[in-house]
Amino acid sequence: MSSFKQAFTSSLGKKLIMSLTGLFLCTFLVVHLIGNLQLFHDDNGKAFNEYAYFMTHFPPIKVVSYLLYASIILHAIYALVVTLHNKKARPVKYAVYDGQANSKWNSRNMGFLGTILLFFIVSHMYSFWWKYHRDQVPYIEYRSDLNSGSTQTRELAAAEFNDYQNFTDNGVEVVRARDLYRQVEFAFQEWWLVAFYVIAMVALSFHLIHGFRSAFQTLGWNHKKYVPLIRFIGIWGFGVLIPIGFAAMPLYFFFCK
Amino acid sequence: MSGHMNLTLKVWRQKNKETRGKFVTYKADDISPDMSFLEMLDVVNEGLTRKGEDPIYFDHDCREGICGMCSLHINGRPHGPKEETTTCQLHMRSFHDGQTIVIEPWRAAAFPVIKDLAVDRSAFDRIQQAGAYVNINTGGVPDANAIPIPKDVADEAFESATCIGCGACVAACKNASAMLFVSAKISQYALVPQGQTERYSRAQAMVAQMDEEGFGSCTNTGACEAECPVGIKLTNIARMNREYFTAKFFKQEEAH
Amino acid sequence: MLDSKIPAGPLAEKWSNHKFHLKLVNPANKRRFTIIVVGTGLAGASAAASLAELGYNVKAFCYQDSARRAHSIAAQGGINAAKNYQNDGDSVYRLFYDTIKGGDYRAREANVYRLAEVSVNIIDQCVAQGVPFAREYGGLLDNRSFGGAQVSRTFYARGQTGQQLLLGAYSALNRQIHAGKVEMFTRHEMLDLVTIEGQARGIITRDLETGAIESHAGHAVLLCTGGYGNVFFLSTNAMGCNVTAAWRAHKRGAFFANPCYTQIHPTCIPVTGDHQSKLTLMSESLRNDGRVWVPKTVELAQKLRKGEIKVTDIKEEDRDYFLERKYPSFGNLVPRDVASRNAKQMAEEGRGVGKTGLAVFLDFAEAISRLGEDAVRAKYGNLFDMYYQITDENPYKQPMRIYPAVHYTMGGIWVDYNLMTTIPGLYALGECNFSDHGANRLGASALMQGLADGYFVIPYTVGDYLAGLGFAPVDKNHPNFEKTRLEVEGKVKQLLSMKGSKTVDDIHKKLGHIMWEYCGMARNEEGLKKAKGLIQELRKEFWSDVTVLGENEELNLSLEKAGRVADFLELGELMVDDALNRRESCGGHFREESATEDGEAKRDDENYSYVAAWEYQGDNQPEVMHKEELIFENVKLTQRSYK
Repeated sequence: MSSFKQAFTSSLGKKLIMSLTGLFLCTFLVVHLIGNLQLFHDDNGKAFNEYAYFMTHFPPIKVVSYLLYASIILHAIYALVVTLHNKKARPVKYAVYDGQANSKWNSRNMGFLGTILLFFIVSHMYSFWWKYHRDQVPYIEYRSDLNSGSTQTRELAAAEFNDYQNFTDNGVEVVRARDLYRQVEFAFQEWWLVAFYVIAMVALSFHLIHGFRSAFQTLGWNHKKYVPLIRFIGIWGFGVLIPIGFAAMPLYFFFCK
Repeated sequence: MSGHMNLTLKVWRQKNKETRGKFVTYKADDISPDMSFLEMLDVVNEGLTRKGEDPIYFDHDCREGICGMCSLHINGRPHGPKEETTTCQLHMRSFHDGQTIVIEPWRAAAFPVIKDLAVDRSAFDRIQQAGAYVNINTGGVPDANAIPIPKDVADEAFESATCIGCGACVAACKNASAMLFVSAKISQYALVPQGQTERYSRAQAMVAQMDEEGFGSCTNTGACEAECPVGIKLTNIARMNREYFTAKFFKQEEAH
Repeated sequence: MLDSKIPAGPLAEKWSNHKFHLKLVNPANKRRFTIIVVGTGLAGASAAASLAELGYNVKAFCYQDSARRAHSIAAQGGINAAKNYQNDGDSVYRLFYDTIKGGDYRAREANVYRLAEVSVNIIDQCVAQGVPFAREYGGLLDNRSFGGAQVSRTFYARGQTGQQLLLGAYSALNRQIHAGKVEMFTRHEMLDLVTIEGQARGIITRDLETGAIESHAGHAVLLCTGGYGNVFFLSTNAMGCNVTAAWRAHKRGAFFANPCYTQIHPTCIPVTGDHQSKLTLMSESLRNDGRVWVPKTVELAQKLRKGEIKVTDIKEEDRDYFLERKYPSFGNLVPRDVASRNAKQMAEEGRGVGKTGLAVFLDFAEAISRLGEDAVRAKYGNLFDMYYQITDENPYKQPMRIYPAVHYTMGGIWVDYNLMTTIPGLYALGECNFSDHGANRLGASALMQGLADGYFVIPYTVGDYLAGLGFAPVDKNHPNFEKTRLEVEGKVKQLLSMKGSKTVDDIHKKLGHIMWEYCGMARNEEGLKKAKGLIQELRKEFWSDVTVLGENEELNLSLEKAGRVADFLELGELMVDDALNRRESCGGHFREESATEDGEAKRDDENYSYVAAWEYQGDNQPEVMHKEELIFENVKLTQRSYK
C-alpha cells in the first residue's frame, strides 16, 4: 500500500475522515439553521419558499449539496467501520466496566447518538427534500402590491403551475413557488413528529458537544490558547444554540400555528 | 485489630493463553486498611498456597508505582478507584468492609491473557522498537550543553516521557486504543531537538506498528487520560495526529 | 591468586593507556561473536545496545515482561558527573576523591577514577538520546547538590532520574532489536552458567511463561543482574530482584566479594505490619529541610504509640533532635549509615514512634514556618504526596515517620579492572559487581556506575577477551550444555516435589528477620554466629518443609520464588561469614566491636584494607576467602567524622 493511501486507511486516517466530514456537516448546520430562520417570517412562507428554490437551483449550492450527501454517507460508513474495528480490538468484554468514572456518557455513545441522527436525517429528507423534489408539495402564488406593500396569496392547482416564477406585472410582484412552507406547517401538526424532532435535536446536542471538540483533537488542532474557544463554541454554539434553534421550528409550528 | 475488613473477591482465573477463563470467588478476611492492594492479594495467595491451591498470578515488580508492571482492572477501572495511582500504590483504605471487588485482567486483543490477571504487553515493546529512539550510537556525541533546550520544552517532553507503559490507557479505553501511550512516546521525541532528524518517519513507523498490533482507534472519550496513573495528557494524542498527518501529507520521509 | 589487572602508570592515564593496549576485534569479525547479556537495567541495557552497535550479536534476557521494567527505573535522585557546569570547583579528581572517601576507602583507586572519568561521557550520551534532564531557563542543564556533596554535580529528571535514564538505554536497546542485532528474551530467568574448559560459554534459562528450560550459547556472558538486597525480604528493591544468576555463577567458580557491605537508607516509609511486602524509599533530599526527632522520654513515646497523646501534644523541650544534638556540624545531613544507625538506636531505647515503635519523626514544621508551605511543596511536593498516599497522614500537618531500609548492596561478584570475573568470559556489571563503591555508595552514584560499565567500559574490555578466542562458534552440542541443563531441570523437579507445610514466603520472611536483626545496621560477633546457625537451620527447614505448588509448564509464582529464596538462603550465610571475618567498621558494615569511644564507626586499615573475595567449595562447605589488597597511591586514608 502506498504511504499516501495509508494516510486514509490507518487508524488515524479513518479518524481524519470522520473529523473532516463531521466538521463539514457542522458548517452545513450553521447555514441550514440561518436559512431556515426564514420560517419565522410572518409572510405566509414567501421568504422561505424563495430561499428553498434558491437553495435547490443555484449551481454552486447544488455542488455543495452533493458534497454534503457524500459527507453524511462517508461519516456514517466510516463510523461503522471504526466501530467494528474497535469492537474487534476488545473481543472479551469486561464483566464490570465503570465508564462513568472516567468519561462522559455522550463520548462513549457517539454511535448510538449518530444512529438516531441518521434515522432523523432519512426521515427529515423524506418529509421535505424528497417530497419537494418529487413535486409532492402544494403550490402557492404571492401577489405583492409594490406601492402598498400588501401581499395576497392563493393556492395554485397543479395544472396552473409550471415552475418557479418571479415577475412584476403592473406594479404587482408575482411569485409562484412550491409551497414547502405549507408542507412544514402541515407536517408539524403531528405531535409525534414534533417529539421525534425534539429528541433528535437533543441527540444532536450531545453528539456535537463531543463531536465538535473531538474533530479538532483528531486533526491535531489542540493548543492551550485555542482549546477554550473550541470548547466554548462546541458547547454553546453546537451543543446549545443550534439544536435549540432547530427544535424551536417544530415547536413553533405545533404551538403557534 | 480494629478497622480490619472482610472482603469478597471475584477474580478472573485462566490457566494460560489457550484455555478459557472464569471468575472464582475468594474471601479476603482480616484485611488491614494499611495494606496495599497487592499486599491484600499476597495475603490471599498465602492462604491459597497453604490450602494447596494455585495462587492467583498477577504481574507486579517495583511496588512503588514506577516500573509499570502491575495492572488489574478493579471494579471496572484500571488500577482501581483512586486517580493517578497504580494498583501497587492503591491502599485498602480505599475500600470498605463487606465490599465485593471484581478483579479482571486488562482486556484487549493486543494484550492476550497469559495467566489469570497477567497479560502479554509486548505489543508496546514492538511499537517502541519501530521508532521510539534517536538513531545514534554510543560515543561521538556532542557535549550535553551543546544542545540547549528551552526549559518549558524540556519540561513538556519530560511530562510525556514519564509514561510507565502499564497499559491502563488501553484497558480504560472503550476501544482498547493505545494512542495515549504511542502519542506520549512520539511527543517526547517530537518536542526536543534530538528527535527532529527522524521526526516524521518515526511518527509513521510507530503508528503503522500500533495498527498492526490490533489496537482500536481513539474516539476522544478521554478515559485514558482520566485513568493514567502518571497523568499523561490528551494533548499528546493531538500532537501525534499532527505529526502523522504532517508526515503523510507534507513531508517526503517514509517510515523506515 | 587474584589479579585485579590494574594498569600501571599514573592514575589519570591508566584508563587511556589501558584502552590503547586492549586488543581489538576487526569490524567484520564482530558479527561472528555472540554475547549474552543477563538483565536489562542500566548496565544491561546500555551494554547490550552498545555491543550490538559495534556489530556483535547480542542475546539479552530479563525476567520482567519488558526490558524497560528493570529496577533501575525506580532510582529517584539523580546521576553524578564531573562536568563542572556550575563552575563550583568540581573535577574528575574531586568526584574520584569523594567517591573513594565516601566508600570508606574500600574500593580500588583505579576503578573509581575511571568511573569519574567516564561520568562526563554518560551525560553527553544520555542527552543525545533525548533524555529530558532538568534544565535552567537558559536551556542548559541544571544540577543539584546531592547527599551532602560540596559541589552541585548531580543531573536529574525531577524525582524520576532512574526512569528517564533507563528509558534512554531501553530506547538504544530497542533500536538494536529493530536492527536485528539484539535478540530479546523477556520473562526469562537465568538459572545456571555453562562453562567449558573453565570459560563461560552460555547460560541455562527458564522461560517463565512456558517453563521451557533452554540453553543459550555465547562467547561471553555479562551478568547485569543487580543487587541482592532482597535477602532481607523487606527492602526497597523490586519484588523480583534476586541473586540467582549471580549466585549460580558464583557456584560455577565466580568469586563473590564483600557480600556484607549493605547500604541501609535512612528515609524510608516505616513498616506497618506483617503483611508488608516491600519498603518505599523517599529521596534523602528530604533531610535538607526536615528535622529528625523522637520524644525525649520512653514514657512519652509509649503514650504516643498507644495513641493517648498526639504528636502535637509533645512540647518543644520534650523533643530530642538527636542528630542535631550528636552531630552539631552535620546535623540532619550526616551520611546514610550514621543516620540509619541512630534511628535504630532510638527505637531500641524505646523512644521510637508509630504503632510499631520502629520509626522516628522527620519534621517539616520549622521549614514550613520559615519558607512557607508553598515553597516546601515546590521542593518536595511529589514526595509528600507519595507519603500521604501510602500512610494516609498529611506531612504538611504532622511530621513524617521514617525508618531505615535496605537499599543497595555494594558487595557482589568480584571483577578485575576489565569487569571480568574469576571465570574467563564471564563479566559482571553494575550493582551486580562489587567494584566501585567500596563499603558505602554515595547518592547518585549507582546510576553513574551502571551506565559507565555498560556504555563505556565493557565495549572496550570485552573485545580484548574475544580477540583472543578465535571465531569458532560455541558448540551448543558440547556435553556441558546438556549436563548443566539436566542439573537445572533436576533442581526444578526437586522444588516442585516439595509439599511441606511452609510457604516460600514464610521462610523468606524468617531469613529476612535473621539478616535484619544480626547482619543489618549493626553487627557483632555473637549475633553473627547465632545468625549463621539460624540460617543453616532455616535452610534445612526450607528443604524439608516448604511447599511449592503447580507445575513447570506455566507461569508459576511459587516455583520462581522458591528458586530465588533457595539461593538467598545460601547467600545469607556467606554474608554472615563475611561480616564475621571483617572485624572492623567501614561504610555500610558496622561492627559493634570496632567503634570509637562515643560509638562511631572505626576502620582498621592495618588489617582490613582488602577486598574479601569468597570462593565456593560445594554445598554446605565453608567458602574460602581470597584477599585482594587495596593499594592507595593517591589518597590518604582518614577516619570519617561528622561531629
